[in-house]
Amino acid sequence: MPLNLHSAIPSGPLNQKWTRHKMESKLINPANKRKFSVIVVGSGLAGGAAAATLSELGYKVKCFCYQDSPRRAHSIAAQGGINAAKNYQNDGDSVFRLFYDTIKGGDFRSREANVHRLAEVSLNIIDQCVAQGVPFAREYGGLLDNRSFGGAQVKRTFYARGQTGQQLLLGCYQALAKEIATGGVQMYPRTEMLDLVVVDDHAKGIIVRNLVTGEVSSHAADAVVLATGGYGNVFYLSTNAKGCNVMAAFRAHKRGAAFANPCYTQIHPTCIPVSGNYQSKLTLMSESLRNDGRIWVPTSQELAERIRAGELRAGDIAEDNRDYYLERKYPSFGNLSPRDIASRSAKEVCDEGRGVAPTGLGVFLDFRDAIQRDGHDAISARYGNLFQMYEKIKGENPYQTPMQIFPAVHYTMGGLWVDYNLMSNVPGLHVAGEANFSDHGANRLGASALMQGLADGYFVLPATIANYLATQTPGSVTAAHPEFKRCENEVNDRVRSMLQIRGDRSVDSFHRELGLLLWDGCGMERSKEGLQDALDRIPEIRDEFWRNVRIPGSGEHLNQELEKAGRVADYLEFAELLCHDALNREESCGGHFRLEHQFSANDPEVKNGVTQPGEAKRHDHKFCHVSAWEHTAAGKKPTLTKESLEFENVELSIRSYR
Amino acid sequence: MNLTLKVWRQENRKASGRMETYHAKDIPQEASFLEMLDIVNERIISDGGDPIHFDHDCREGICGMCSLTINGIPHGPKRATTTCQLHMRHFQDGETIWIEPFHAKAFPVLKDLIVDRTAFDRVIEAGGFISVRAGSAVDANAIPIPKQDADLAFEAAACIGCGACVAACKNASAMLFVSAKASHLNHLPQGEPEKTRRVLSMVARMDSEGFGNCTNQYECVAVCPKSIPADNIAKLNRDYALATMKEALL
Repeated sequence: MPLNLHSAIPSGPLNQKWTRHKMESKLINPANKRKFSVIVVGSGLAGGAAAATLSELGYKVKCFCYQDSPRRAHSIAAQGGINAAKNYQNDGDSVFRLFYDTIKGGDFRSREANVHRLAEVSLNIIDQCVAQGVPFAREYGGLLDNRSFGGAQVKRTFYARGQTGQQLLLGCYQALAKEIATGGVQMYPRTEMLDLVVVDDHAKGIIVRNLVTGEVSSHAADAVVLATGGYGNVFYLSTNAKGCNVMAAFRAHKRGAAFANPCYTQIHPTCIPVSGNYQSKLTLMSESLRNDGRIWVPTSQELAERIRAGELRAGDIAEDNRDYYLERKYPSFGNLSPRDIASRSAKEVCDEGRGVAPTGLGVFLDFRDAIQRDGHDAISARYGNLFQMYEKIKGENPYQTPMQIFPAVHYTMGGLWVDYNLMSNVPGLHVAGEANFSDHGANRLGASALMQGLADGYFVLPATIANYLATQTPGSVTAAHPEFKRCENEVNDRVRSMLQIRGDRSVDSFHRELGLLLWDGCGMERSKEGLQDALDRIPEIRDEFWRNVRIPGSGEHLNQELEKAGRVADYLEFAELLCHDALNREESCGGHFRLEHQFSANDPEVKNGVTQPGEAKRHDHKFCHVSAWEHTAAGKKPTLTKESLEFENVELSIRSYR
Repeated sequence: MNLTLKVWRQENRKASGRMETYHAKDIPQEASFLEMLDIVNERIISDGGDPIHFDHDCREGICGMCSLTINGIPHGPKRATTTCQLHMRHFQDGETIWIEPFHAKAFPVLKDLIVDRTAFDRVIEAGGFISVRAGSAVDANAIPIPKQDADLAFEAAACIGCGACVAACKNASAMLFVSAKASHLNHLPQGEPEKTRRVLSMVARMDSEGFGNCTNQYECVAVCPKSIPADNIAKLNRDYALATMKEALL
């Protein structure tokens, strides 16, 4: 049966929807707020901000994270910046322009109303962060500085050197610490959510495992907020932290929450290339580097081969023999073309045999011209810590030799389906930040993830959650409800059965195998054949996992292999959902590129110069919708419900960055 | 490369620990230190043993989770480098490497190389914040901040809270960590109203958590992966003296 997905988008003109919605939203008076409890899972920008702000409003909050401290959530690793339509640079920015850039950047696959709200709220975020003491970069006059990011022609990105995510997260963590000190937030670090508890169709709590003692326990609340990040680690190698996982979101999915657009995954163009099979993760080099760095490969395969063999160095290649392919193909955006486009272009030149890393999978990101133009010191002030990070990993000095970079899995636009209130189709279950699907469509623009996480946490959820809570009697369900015991038993059984396998293979070996399979079948380019092959192979890997995984130790103490096993077991189911969605979406859009759907020389759009052969071809008449999937059973095809996307304020067009 | 590892193993908080020897064979030079441990763990698991437990997450030097004392030095031999950013090319083939947790009274060992650093969180909860409710902020450019102040604040704010400073200090003092947070906020006009309360309560909490006193040896600065300068300690001492006097006058 198709799900009833009501997006709850308010009526009225686009730029009045959010104001009107807040006006029409239910309120809970201060004395009553303290009777309501809310569980927040995750302590990154979305979760930390939501937990702190809900507590400021007076709700009783319990916040959970798997790290040893909420300050370590993976938002901390974001480097480049956060967008806001402040127009401090007087270069023509506006809320509408940020809205339009984000809609277009997402390849017209997101909701207009959500994106416009995001652009509006962006203004408040910067104010809030500065008030908290976030040390954004400043000019000599004492005012805030900006830089530009991919997919935009204005300078609207606020930054704190290459550590913007860290500084924003610390602001958020400190706000959370303040609320922990007042007793408004109870913090549970080193605690992982293993299941969602649904009572009479409403989300009323979670089952968690204390990662130090191994104790499994129940927590009940009047509403649950998941802010547990994305699922990029399903590919094994990604820029995500090692612990990032899909478990909380996937458990919620298995309890009835629809998962939207899982096939929209973002491959970031500028990461340090893979160097060996022992590799445990990939490191991102901020997109901000593309403000000054120029991306190129040699014009001929022969020169590239000689570089790979170590006979030639980048500096030996004459200007005429360098192909600055992004500048050539997309003259108006050049090196700041959006991520999906820049990544695919890198793959294209490497497929032609022009890659420069020893593996053939790498292109140059060159600062020679910028250093000549602005001087060593200016470049060092802008990117010093990033250059250092590169040197630590590669052992090469990027001031002297260009960086080698290659695309890597970075972010996931898909996530749990939510309505305008950020509530999923399971009443009471709210989803914020990367864990939801709501704002980035098929491709996220740089510096927009931080914006969305904080928008959801500081401003959206605190305003919308009352719409749900006001319909509930506070404390009506407690952890004594039999459903909690039942879920706890299920969780314990699962842990026990995993520990009993005592097979021959490590958890990581399964995770690597799955990751490679997905990267080939459902990575930067996808085809019907490749996806079907992946769908055939995933159940085989999953079966072997449940037959042959080896997890040492027991569940009654700190056991990192057991933690990993639980996450990988979910990836082995989730991967199928990802491939089903990618197979179903017979079009190319944003991060989802289907080989069968690209422009060719015969298309009229190519002939009249609107686009080029090889560019992504959307099919708006068939796919201008959100694909929301409902879980059926492990190994069974999920069922699809479509939420159609209405565009009233922008015209659907071919996304061009030429 | 082939290495001999001497690793601290400890079942849990209450158990007593011991050093154990492992032979790490055929380790690629390009591997990171933690990837070397991954490889060793894979082998331990396939031999039926219990893998070495260690904290790690982002593996790019920013989350502050990794926390190994390598050959007696928190985060190992390279300056301004976290354990996860340390690569095996900095070690010699045939070398013996000693791997221990971050030792400090305030950081009890939970298992093997994993320690409990929640004392740091409690110090921040004591006052390492600016009390501003979401929604109550003025325009971001309403208060200009001289670039040099903003830069000083940033330099202090770069602390990742890993605890290497504590582990390196013979007194297990947390002064570098505490002063970095106090000075980040005290350098900014937004942090001014709560300055007195902040330094007094953060320092009180630091003391009650069992961290020792600072005797100005600056081992902390030498091992800090983010090169937080010792000036912050001087600033905290000054702010603390002023705060005590203000309190006395009130």
